[in-house]
Amino acid sequence: MVLAERVTPAPVRSAAEGAPPRRPTRSQGVAYLFLGPWLLGAIGLTVAPMVVSLYLSFTDYDLFNTPNWVGFDNYAKLFGDDPRYLKSVGVTLRYVVVSVPLKLVLALAVALLLNSLRGKGQAFFRSAFYAPSLLGASVGLALAWRAIFDTWIDTPDTALTTIVLLSAWQFGAPMVIFLAGLQQIPRDMLDAAAVDGAGWWRRLFSIILPMLSPVLFFNLVLETIHAFQAFTQAFIVSGGRGGPADSTLFYTLYLYERGFTEFRMGSASAMAWVLLVVIAVVTAVLFRTSRYWVFYGDER
Amino acid sequence: MKRAVVITISVVSLALVLYPIVWLISASFTPVEDLVAHMRQLFPGGITSDGYSQAFDGVGGSSFWTFLTNSLIVSGGAVVGNVVSCSLAAYAFARLKFRLSGPLFAFSLLTIMLPAHVTLIPQYVVFQQLGLVDTFVPLILPKLLATDAFFVFLMVQFMRGIPYELDEAARIDGCGPIRNFRYVVLPLSQPALVTTAIFTFIWTWNDFFSQLIYLSSTEKYTIPLGLRLFIDQTSSSSYGAMFAMSVLSLVPIGLFFLAFQRFLVAGVATTGLKG
Repeated sequence: MVLAERVTPAPVRSAAEGAPPRRPTRSQGVAYLFLGPWLLGAIGLTVAPMVVSLYLSFTDYDLFNTPNWVGFDNYAKLFGDDPRYLKSVGVTLRYVVVSVPLKLVLALAVALLLNSLRGKGQAFFRSAFYAPSLLGASVGLALAWRAIFDTWIDTPDTALTTIVLLSAWQFGAPMVIFLAGLQQIPRDMLDAAAVDGAGWWRRLFSIILPMLSPVLFFNLVLETIHAFQAFTQAFIVSGGRGGPADSTLFYTLYLYERGFTEFRMGSASAMAWVLLVVIAVVTAVLFRTSRYWVFYGDER
Repeated sequence: MKRAVVITISVVSLALVLYPIVWLISASFTPVEDLVAHMRQLFPGGITSDGYSQAFDGVGGSSFWTFLTNSLIVSGGAVVGNVVSCSLAAYAFARLKFRLSGPLFAFSLLTIMLPAHVTLIPQYVVFQQLGLVDTFVPLILPKLLATDAFFVFLMVQFMRGIPYELDEAARIDGCGPIRNFRYVVLPLSQPALVTTAIFTFIWTWNDFFSQLIYLSSTEKYTIPLGLRLFIDQTSSSSYGAMFAMSVLSLVPIGLFFLAFQRFLVAGVATTGLKG
């Protein structure tokens, strides 16, 4: 009996072995091994915190006491009962709307200029114009900016302008991308247009800009997303407080103040989610409009 | 346009663009009493290194060397973390077949656009509860977990360009995925690894927001936080030290730029790194 009992399960097992293997292949297992750190980060440092911060945005969490559910209170207060919040929204929108086009126009102008140079000269100027993109993001340079423009920074009407200029000054990265795009435009196409009598402006608007539109779109999306999140320059130039008279109270600056000096984490989380939604909507709108003005090579 | 005209315009605009950098360097060598005159004229009179000796003495009770060491630890840790973790993830996405490859990679691309603020507060709360605020862990650990999705993307793009026949050959020679990664794909990905390392270093070196949030005691301060202390000092006597330390803070970036400018510019041109 004992022996029979031991033997009977055996055929069942062998039938299971005969079935197609259910476990992932070796390559699948190894893939997740390579992906391990990334997965851990994606879940532990991105997805879970996003869910938690969405939850916190509906609470009165203050870092020290257990959070209480307050519904849409944080959101309602931001838009209904917080003039400084609305001010920070206005400052940030003005910054995005002015600094991004200004930076892109500068980048395009310099790229066009350098594109008419060839060889070593172009390589030298390209690197040199790119340098501020690396240096300009630093606290050290923001301090210099603060000293150079100190009278402007003390005046509410012009303080934001200095930060816009500091951002536009870092046009190097989009310039390098534009230049790479310009070099993809077939030379004979431009030459043919010139032979047919198209002047410089005509060639710019009828050939160069349409051919460059995917690159322009890429730069526009990237710079817009970054501009919404600008922090360091505003913090340093305004002395950390968004002054004078809140004229440089950037959105992220106010979020920092709310979360990390007032410790109103619930409200700060709500601000972060509003920022995410705004960036998502703006990006979606840009993608929507792109079909009207961005031309890819495979279209006519 | 004539070449001479183009070069002239380029030189003039370059001079304008580089002026703030020259201004800062000049200010760092200007005696404090001449700084007002310096507003209108570079190198108005005497030259002094007083600013530099003050800067090396430090600010807020910590010396410049403390800030420098801390900055090097944070940036070095971030470089190692990003290079290791992003190359592992990129290898999986670029060269291995697994079921969720598509959706997970799409998710990774989406997080490039994600503002850090929506994950910041819960992350901070967790680090705070673990007693890790005011240590370097919150600044380095996320890099070890490949949270800089941009570099994952950069390396995936690069690794996809390596001929797949090499994987096949390695497999026939008896290499599994791990040795294929170590001995075939990783060595061939060197340019992408170098680009990642350089940009990670410079961005972390310049990073202010997360260091401001996570580091609170001056002996843990990095260079950007040390520089920030000057904002609160109202007396103009500290201006010399402030400008000198600003220049010193830019030296590593300047050196990286001079040494790797080709890599940097090529990296931006081909992948659209924000730089």
